[in-house]
Amino acid sequence: MSGTARRQQSVFQYVDKPLLLSYVALCIIGLLTIYSSVYDAGQDWMNQERGNAMKQLAFVGVAWLSIVVVLSLDSRFFEGLAPIFYLIFLFLSILVAFVGNEINGARAWFSIGGFGLQPGEFLKLGTILMIAFLLREKNTQLRSRSIKNSLFVVIILPVASLLLQKDTGSALVYASFLLVLYREGMSPLLMQLGIWALFLGVLTLLFDEKISSGIVLGLAFIYILFSNHRWRSFVRSLTYIIPSLLMIASVEFAYDKVLQPHQKKRIDVLLGKVDDVKGAGYNVHQSLIAIGSGGFLGKGYLQGTQTKFDFVPEQSTDFIFCTIGEEFGFVGSILLLLLYLFVLFRILHLSEMQGNRFGRVYGYGLVSVLFAHIVVNIGMTIGLLPVIGIPLPLLSYGGSSQIAFGLMVGIMLRLDSGRRTGLN
Amino acid sequence: MKFSEEQRVLQISIIVVFGVFAMRLFYLQMIDDSYEIWSRENSVRREIVYPARGVLFDRNRERVVVNRPIYNLMVVPRQVEEDMDTVAFCRLLGIERKTFEERMNQIVRHSRFKPSIFAAQISVEEFAAIQEGLFEFPGFYAESRAVRHYPRPIAGHLLGYTGEVNDKDIEASSGYYLPGDYIGIAGLEKTYEPYLRGLRGIRYRYVDVHNRVVGSYKDGTLDSGATPGHELELSIDIKLQEYAEQLMRNKRGSVVAIEPESGEILLMVSAPGYDPNLMVGKSRTRHYKVLSRDSLKPLFNRPIQAQYPPGSIFKPFQALVAQQLGTVNPSTRYPCGGGYHMGSHTVKCTHVHGALDLTESIQLSCNPYFCWTFKNMIDNHSSGSPPSKMYETWRNYMDQFAFGRKTGIDIPNETKGVLPRNAYFDRYHGKSRWRANTIISLSIGQGEIALSPLQMATAMSAVANGGWYYAPHLVRSVGSGADKRKFRGKKFETGIDMPYFAVVHEAMQRVVDAGTATAYGKIDGITVCGKTGTAQNPHGKDHAVFVCYAPRENPKIAVAVIVENAGFGGVWAAPIASLLIEKYLKGEIKRPELEKRLLETSIL
Repeated sequence: MSGTARRQQSVFQYVDKPLLLSYVALCIIGLLTIYSSVYDAGQDWMNQERGNAMKQLAFVGVAWLSIVVVLSLDSRFFEGLAPIFYLIFLFLSILVAFVGNEINGARAWFSIGGFGLQPGEFLKLGTILMIAFLLREKNTQLRSRSIKNSLFVVIILPVASLLLQKDTGSALVYASFLLVLYREGMSPLLMQLGIWALFLGVLTLLFDEKISSGIVLGLAFIYILFSNHRWRSFVRSLTYIIPSLLMIASVEFAYDKVLQPHQKKRIDVLLGKVDDVKGAGYNVHQSLIAIGSGGFLGKGYLQGTQTKFDFVPEQSTDFIFCTIGEEFGFVGSILLLLLYLFVLFRILHLSEMQGNRFGRVYGYGLVSVLFAHIVVNIGMTIGLLPVIGIPLPLLSYGGSSQIAFGLMVGIMLRLDSGRRTGLN
Repeated sequence: MKFSEEQRVLQISIIVVFGVFAMRLFYLQMIDDSYEIWSRENSVRREIVYPARGVLFDRNRERVVVNRPIYNLMVVPRQVEEDMDTVAFCRLLGIERKTFEERMNQIVRHSRFKPSIFAAQISVEEFAAIQEGLFEFPGFYAESRAVRHYPRPIAGHLLGYTGEVNDKDIEASSGYYLPGDYIGIAGLEKTYEPYLRGLRGIRYRYVDVHNRVVGSYKDGTLDSGATPGHELELSIDIKLQEYAEQLMRNKRGSVVAIEPESGEILLMVSAPGYDPNLMVGKSRTRHYKVLSRDSLKPLFNRPIQAQYPPGSIFKPFQALVAQQLGTVNPSTRYPCGGGYHMGSHTVKCTHVHGALDLTESIQLSCNPYFCWTFKNMIDNHSSGSPPSKMYETWRNYMDQFAFGRKTGIDIPNETKGVLPRNAYFDRYHGKSRWRANTIISLSIGQGEIALSPLQMATAMSAVANGGWYYAPHLVRSVGSGADKRKFRGKKFETGIDMPYFAVVHEAMQRVVDAGTATAYGKIDGITVCGKTGTAQNPHGKDHAVFVCYAPRENPKIAVAVIVENAGFGGVWAAPIASLLIEKYLKGEIKRPELEKRLLETSIL
């Protein structure tokens, strides 16, 4: 008994203070911003939205309690728990696609007594744990075919379940796990190919498949022309031409047949192909006005005008960055970015310090997910990326995401603290 | 500790992405000032476009309730300039500076961002002058609203009125109503609120620094137009209603007329009434107070809320139920020696009728006949059931005529009248300690019975139809064109077989032709069937009651008239019903002296 107590005491004592404090800071910034974005808003939303600030307070409370529980657990527990946790939330995530509540076009919520549970948010944690579990042995080689297959299945199943829910935004986040695999020894070729594919995709959507195919062939032609071994370079260039053309065809196909009309529209708007003022274009335009009108120091807390008039939709969830941009200006926005940057770097640093591979892979998984969320969300509000509805970690209103991110950070803190105390 | 190359690569990627974000933010917030201009100089104003409330038509498509424009002067405190010329503004509005400051403080306390009403319900004429100078005061603008207007200042009781929603309405509506919205508070406006209210629209407008509208925001693509409320077609004949109100002028009481075949209410008068135009706009509260203090109770909706002992008009219904129960048949005779005696107490009759049959007893309104009938119905020894049980059987038949229960009219606050169940008498007299004679007053429509004028008219349409009726209602249809939806009340069967009505019809015709309502009830060329009554009034002179329907062969109208404190029903109530029938069926009045006498008489 006393041994357990002492262990727990030291676990709490050796918790990484910088990460813990930045986490707490983000939670508090989120609460204050949600309060501000609903403060004195358009009339009939008022009561309901004021309620949201209070609800978020409760969510943060639950998240913090969960962290205390996580810190009290044995850290080997997470390794053992990983497959179970992963499978439970994978199951729920598939289930929700059929029986869940539909909100904003996605069927991603279970409704439980007035609260919505979004299994997709927890499934990210499950997937991180599962990847770390698969790679936990020091000598597991990523080159091994069986490991590759397992990893592929572990990542693709959640993606499929999310696509089934029509929650494309969350599915996109899983692409970030490539960063983990890269760190664990996967060839960077895959990522380079990814970037090339992205370039081709944008090109195809922006113009059409003929022009992008032309560019692909033109580049190959120049390469062959300037190379010394024409024949060899011709054969080599085929390995580049054929996948590229396939990529172009599949982008075209996906755009025409797979994407939902609203998603197509968002992509069109982002690429400037159509000037949609009512749908996605409206959101982004309002978001830009709010952020742009913030200026250097912002209008001051609770003084925002654009976010107060219900011009910016989803102002406490996906577009919460607008309120910060408007009320705290350039300085506030940059400080927030720096805080996120610090969190990412701190977790990277802690990951590298982990003695076991499970901890390191877990840390990299966490960084990947956080990074993807931050990039997609802020990129959307400042008009650099299409409108994809995923929350800004720890700031956006939402119970599932708040608690899931809390757990993710909590487990990182526990793993790291265990390393320092030498206690597992 | 060795740091991996991969970590370095990742760190650099993260920094690059964050760097791009930072540059983008720098551009948006520091360089490009177009967004700031959008936000500051051209503010977008979110205006609510109020829908036109549904118009009410009468059965002949005459407009009964219409909308009239008024203006609200709105203010968004945040947009008001700090150095605005308050003196000029107060002069423009004709208010004191102190008033201005108080009002502004009040509004600012509420919200600096939301538009609030600075001055409500300014008439079109008053507003014309204000509008001229308004552009000099940024933050202030006009919002056009509409209030109800009644071309004919009548029928306030059934039409009801509207007013601003209160906090409770807003809460209960789960977001439908906003402060400042109008809602139906009484009468048809209340019942048909979901149809009448329509749907609010929202309009975004750009306003420049001078508060002038410079255009619609995003070419109006975000605007949602207001959807006007549905129109109502009433069953009321507003001209007939007006005529009835004239006849009831300087009298207290009710008139209700129903088309028997459909249950449509042709008119419903509560006298004294009030001009519904008084219940409009900001003066409503003031007028309401005055009206509610009036000793004549003009706000009391007598046709549906007042209850009177029906008196002799109850006799036809007794005759119907007694026949159905087999107690009497048309040739049954009971003696009348001027009263019905039971021990020390006697129910008196107006005459010594001798031995009347059923038809004659209704025609001449013989009290002892119905006392005997009631006694033989309730104390029916051959049935084997105790009086209490038989009473309940009897009462269930009366219930079928909507006596003692609500008729289901489509306006709120209807009374169900009084007609107790046997349990009431069990409590009052003791179980098995009462029988017919204990409650003998009921036999002649007195004692523990009270009906609303609407119940009387409804029951009369059941008599006219020979056994069935529709729940009375005031609205024939909702909406117009393809969306038009017809409304009809629920159909009721009285459970009295059709043949039993023959006696009653015949007797009621004789009442008018050669009975208690002869003098003023008869109309040339129309067979009117009626029954007079006197509702006992312990507080003063008795109330005159008359119910009737016409024509007997093909009933088009059933009427109930109550004139309070007017004594016998034949003198004051019957002529009013008669004139209304004449007007409705013939379109003109051939008895100007009678009309004149009624219009000029005051019975208050």
